[in-house]
Amino acid sequence: MTSDVMVIPSARIDAPTWGETLHEWVTTVDHKRIGVLYVLFALVFLVVAGIEALVIRIQLMYPHNDFVSPQVFNRMFTMHGTTMIFFFAMPILFGFGNYLVPLMIGARDMAFPRLNAFSFWLSAFSGFLLYFSFVGGSGLYGAGSAPDAGWWAYAPLTARAFSPGSSNDYWTIAVLVSGFGSIGTAVNLIATILCMRCPGMTLGRMPLLAWLYLTMSGLALIGITPLSAAQLMLLVDRYLGGHFFDTQAGGSATLWMHFFWIFGHPEVYILVLPAFAFISEIIPVFSRKPIFGYPVMVAATVCIAFVSMSVWAHHMFTIGMNSYANSFFAITTMAVGVPTGIKIFNWLGTMWGGRIQFKTPMLFAIAFLFQFLIAGLTGVIQAVVPFDWQLSLSYFVVAHFHYVIVGGILFALFAAFYYWYPKVTGRMLNERLGKLHFWFFVLGFHLTFDVMHVPGLLGMPRRIYTYEPGRGWDTLNLIVSIGAFIQAVGLLVFVANLIVSYWKGARAGRDPWDAWTLEWTVTSPPPAYNFATIPTVASRRPLWDLKHPEDPDSRYE
Amino acid sequence: MKTTPLLNIFAPESTPTRAIVDLSMLVLSITVVIFVLVAGLLVYAIVKFRATAANADREPAQVYGSTQIELAWTIVPILIVLVLFAATARVIHAIQDAPQPPGAVEVTVVGHQFWWEYRYPAFGVVTANELHIPVSDPLRPRPTFLKLLSADTDHSFWIPQLAGKTDLIPNRVNRLWMDPHRTGVFLGQCAQYCGTQHAKMLQRVSVDTADEFDAWVRSQRLPAIEDASTTAGRRLFETTACINCHAIRGTVANGRFGPDLTHLMSRDTIASGAAENTPENLRVWLRDPDAIKPGSLMPAMKLSDVELDALARYMESLR
Repeated sequence: MTSDVMVIPSARIDAPTWGETLHEWVTTVDHKRIGVLYVLFALVFLVVAGIEALVIRIQLMYPHNDFVSPQVFNRMFTMHGTTMIFFFAMPILFGFGNYLVPLMIGARDMAFPRLNAFSFWLSAFSGFLLYFSFVGGSGLYGAGSAPDAGWWAYAPLTARAFSPGSSNDYWTIAVLVSGFGSIGTAVNLIATILCMRCPGMTLGRMPLLAWLYLTMSGLALIGITPLSAAQLMLLVDRYLGGHFFDTQAGGSATLWMHFFWIFGHPEVYILVLPAFAFISEIIPVFSRKPIFGYPVMVAATVCIAFVSMSVWAHHMFTIGMNSYANSFFAITTMAVGVPTGIKIFNWLGTMWGGRIQFKTPMLFAIAFLFQFLIAGLTGVIQAVVPFDWQLSLSYFVVAHFHYVIVGGILFALFAAFYYWYPKVTGRMLNERLGKLHFWFFVLGFHLTFDVMHVPGLLGMPRRIYTYEPGRGWDTLNLIVSIGAFIQAVGLLVFVANLIVSYWKGARAGRDPWDAWTLEWTVTSPPPAYNFATIPTVASRRPLWDLKHPEDPDSRYE
Repeated sequence: MKTTPLLNIFAPESTPTRAIVDLSMLVLSITVVIFVLVAGLLVYAIVKFRATAANADREPAQVYGSTQIELAWTIVPILIVLVLFAATARVIHAIQDAPQPPGAVEVTVVGHQFWWEYRYPAFGVVTANELHIPVSDPLRPRPTFLKLLSADTDHSFWIPQLAGKTDLIPNRVNRLWMDPHRTGVFLGQCAQYCGTQHAKMLQRVSVDTADEFDAWVRSQRLPAIEDASTTAGRRLFETTACINCHAIRGTVANGRFGPDLTHLMSRDTIASGAAENTPENLRVWLRDPDAIKPGSLMPAMKLSDVELDALARYMESLR
């Protein structure tokens, strides 16, 4: 026995130093590590943008409050929106995609590992660049100042006449660079999903998550390109004397609106398709049934992607388009509700007749279903153009899109955290803290965003740093602000759970949820190479086939 | 006794906003029915199909889908969308493509950072921040048609009870009309983010009877009152930078960047609705506009107390 034991040099047993660990993480091209980096980076920005939201809510607690100046308030909502979209939602969704897609399709890494690392570092760099504006943004008198033109940066507020400092340029360049990062990762995901699937995994046998990430990446390529073009045109306006958007020299403000929203609306689906992806994996496992209507779910996904490219001007019903254009964007916007509805029905069909287990991931998934249903219906309401002439630019819209992004996407992300954390760390997240987090967040979310619809109906426009008393908005705004703090408490519980469970959580094992997709066949956390031997699959649920050899899926597909 | 002004979109007082409320009631009832049905099914599924001790040991029947059910929940939503679209298109056309009747009042609205300029080309009247329009009897309509322009950034005109919002965009001409069915004061405010003081770009619309409106037009057409007791203030106004931005008809002041002050005292508010038009507020405003509206484009003129008093008294004479 002694003779065939390999002698391990003692240096290899020593734990790596901090420097070595840091070097490993900074230079990594492993899709799992890059995925974790994306997620951690995004969580930092979630907290930062959350603090900005709290500043906004404190200011709006009472009419004529002077917690912050109008200038600071305008920076806060600009930075909150920009950060949440470009530096929280995009990177965290790409992070989950990076981590999960290769594991779920039986690949050892992404198609282009070095591009993957490059894309992440571009995103990270652009986030820091945006925030550097707080010290280096040189406002009028050389003082640091963050961008304050709103996250749509409508022309001509971004023209030199109205934004003379360089704070707006930090915004432009940060969004441009993060866009390059997103395009890189989108290309990578498309190539990975199309070319790196394990033997037997035809397109029709991919997990729905892979289909949704494939579609989302295609949309990202199409949506981010015009945004990048517009940012370059804006830089030409500001530094080379161009007049694309400079209305004082004959430029067009509406041109910017079209460029921005032809990115901006597909962007909503770029963000929500990954949320659909998590929900489509989690609901079947906790209902103990396969996804209902897999081919229809795929068709609905692709259909959403196509239709979502023709709805952008529903953000612009108030700009005075003619009645034909308004009608066109009304019907396309209503039409996108059909495939979206089909998805909700299929999730319902998946739960129907199942054996539903109320673990924390499923709790968040169920809340997602109700909230996304409401968000979708208020979306249809706003597609009714004349009604939207009242609702647009009011707090009703703010409530609606937070319902989509928080009630839909963030809840789906929480579900995904509780579901895949064991795979990533090898430890379970604490269920009791998870349920505490869930109930705090549900309570806070509904206090804030249910109530927020009402001031909009009572005539309160968005983006105002203060408001007049006696308009019926006072109590409502106070309730909205209280809800925001309850959400903040829920978020703290979540962060605490992430940290505590990393050391104290129960051991997860390979397959803690008795699930069916390939990532659960490997150890938790998975080895660097993912699969010692590349698996071969015969159905959409390879682990079901393994666990139920008497009744495999492959018999029915 | 005037009724308390509301900004509630469900308290319409004109033809377009009534049409919007009717349409919105249809949409809301359809969406509420959909919500109750789908949410009801979800609740039923969650309660009925939950894991229990009794079914813990076996997996439920593995069902992969059903073409009939998929067809049903595809076709029914498509039909609902068609109904909604037809109702929507009809109201879009009715409001947006309504022809301008001969007796309509025409007003040109120019959005500025951070105030409203109102010009009545047919009457030769220019005023600011407080729009006066005549009431429109549904039997003999006398609507007001607004031409919306912007001098600087994007703004949006929104009086929730009288009309849905429409943006004022530089280099672009937008139109909006309203025909208020009752007299009174209606409130609103700029709805499109336009810069630092977007929040205090408030609007007041006074809907007058035909006689009141005619009297108002007649008084607004007059040049500024000349009052010998305010000569000092007037001289101050005419020799400082005030006249770069403000106009007072009948004097040398003809600036266009700020509100026309010819009949300042006929207005209830100053600073685009940010403060009531009282002698105290006027003095605070003249001394330091940032005290009322930080970020307003009007500079503090660094006047002495004597000058401030003279200037304020001149302003108060502009009835």
